[in-house]
Amino acid sequence: MATDSTLTMSTPLTAVRLVPTDAFLRRRHLLDRTMRVVLFLAAAVSVLVTAGIIYVLVSESVKFFAQVSIWDFLTDTQWTPVFQDKHFGIMTLLSGTLMSTLIALAIAVPAGTILAIYLSEFARPRVREVIKPFLELIAGVPTVAFGYFALLFLTPIFQKFIPGLATFNLLVPGIVIGIMILPYIVSVSEDAMRAVPDSLREGAFALGFTRLQTGLRVVVPGAFSGITAAFLLGMSRAVGETMVVAVAAGQQAKIAGNPLEGAATITSYIVQLSMGDLPHDSIAYLTIFAAGLTLFLLTFAFNLLAFWLRRRYREAY
Amino acid sequence: MSTPGLSSSRFDGYSEARLLKRAKWSDGLFAVLGLLVLVATLLVLGALVADFINDGASRIDGDFLTSYPSRRPGSAGILSAWVGTTLVMIVTAALAVPLGVAAGVYLEEYAPKNWVTDFIEINVTNLAGVPSIIYGLLALGLFVQTLAMGQTILVAGITLALLILPILIVATRESLRAIPQDIREASFGLGADQWQTVSGYLLPAARPGILTGAIVGMSRAIGETAPIITIGALTFIAFLPPSPIQSSFPFVNFDWLNSPFTVMPIQMFNWVSRPQAGFHINAAATGLILLAMTLLMNGFAIWLRYRLRRNLR
Repeated sequence: MATDSTLTMSTPLTAVRLVPTDAFLRRRHLLDRTMRVVLFLAAAVSVLVTAGIIYVLVSESVKFFAQVSIWDFLTDTQWTPVFQDKHFGIMTLLSGTLMSTLIALAIAVPAGTILAIYLSEFARPRVREVIKPFLELIAGVPTVAFGYFALLFLTPIFQKFIPGLATFNLLVPGIVIGIMILPYIVSVSEDAMRAVPDSLREGAFALGFTRLQTGLRVVVPGAFSGITAAFLLGMSRAVGETMVVAVAAGQQAKIAGNPLEGAATITSYIVQLSMGDLPHDSIAYLTIFAAGLTLFLLTFAFNLLAFWLRRRYREAY
Repeated sequence: MSTPGLSSSRFDGYSEARLLKRAKWSDGLFAVLGLLVLVATLLVLGALVADFINDGASRIDGDFLTSYPSRRPGSAGILSAWVGTTLVMIVTAALAVPLGVAAGVYLEEYAPKNWVTDFIEINVTNLAGVPSIIYGLLALGLFVQTLAMGQTILVAGITLALLILPILIVATRESLRAIPQDIREASFGLGADQWQTVSGYLLPAARPGILTGAIVGMSRAIGETAPIITIGALTFIAFLPPSPIQSSFPFVNFDWLNSPFTVMPIQMFNWVSRPQAGFHINAAATGLILLAMTLLMNGFAIWLRYRLRRNLR
């Protein structure tokens, strides 16, 4: 918009560019159109990432299953890909993963539910504002630091109280994973509890319910699908957690029956094998993709179920 | 309160008072229980920080920061590790921030309501829940093997960028959603088109929220170990990547992108996996630096979000 000193009343408006010229409009329109496409492409990248993950996992797993039958993979009780006598029973790794996940959930589910009810129904807003950031800080701690903490701080302490506890075990990493997923479970389930309308709480209070009764009989049932989703998301994280078990749970691939002993998990096996220098056409190299595919399918199922549950409770209120 | 005709045991005054007392008592008990769980959780965080300070603080000095890893724990340092972390983070930020913001803007401001948008949204939600080690397998199979890019800073940076992409997309969307609709209407009313509205009004208004998301994402990337181990990054690196700045024209040099590297969490994992106690001290020192960095970044992000919320009110 030029301010021209030679302006007179008779100067046509287009001459001083108070009205955009056709060329300007066309350029602007072109930019708008281009940006729309550019932004769409950026959003499409996320789809490419998923496609890439599925492509890599499936194509390498297909090579693996050309040499090992799926039946053996699912039923064999030994996992010895780098030995002379090779066995590929994923149940061994899966049992370690499930054991550490179950221990984590045994910690995180009760503690998470209690904390979420406490924060959403009992704590004053000021208290809540102060506490939630600290919980977020736990979620920000690097997982390898939690691994160090499990192996070199907690395990020696636990060994004083539990005589049979091995240096590498599933119990302590399981507990640490439970603490790691706790903030996440609390935050998702507290969100669900706060989405329960206050009118329901007021109705309960009017009937003479105490806070705890309101929490347990009105809010928790009302937020049930959201709380379940929180548990599923926490479970998915526990299953996929890598560094804590890689540092503190040992590397022995066996059917995990005793939490006081160490055992490899799917994730810690992938780390263990990646550290070595295997030829990329060997069967042992392909195992990490078959193990990865198993892990992906497991977490995908949990995530999808949680997504569906969360969407449902959002629509409910 | 009890009516003579209704003196069943449930309704007489005596058990009613007892019922009330018990309800109040269990209410108080639960409040104590909640507080106990909370204190226990925070104690774990405190114990973790104290443990790292106790084990590692005395090991951190100038030599530790300026030495290469070594077979002797006493003379080993993290020079190659922190330089590697810095360079990888530059690549990650340069990729993840523009990509995440652009995708967030598209989904929040442009996307029509149809199955394509639904599909992308479900996809982003799912990606946020994919374990980080799976991203490592993606990088190993696609970048290292198929595209033969090698185990380089560039590959690590791309991998971590993809990993934190969902965090940035969600943060961008949330901060755009918090902008009042009036701003958009005013801008359109003045004749601006969609891109002018986004670039001139919405992005500047969303900047603090996006910054918060970027910091949280970067702090996550700094601490990530598993995906970088999976691509096969070497753990014994006793040299630095070529310098990004050179004295002759054109003054910048991108050879460092294709250099092998190590990062701080990998170095720490390497040291904690060894049996000698001397290396454990090194691991603790590295962990303490990592912990300080991630806690500071997260603390800053939380403070930023807190201030933002107060300004909105």
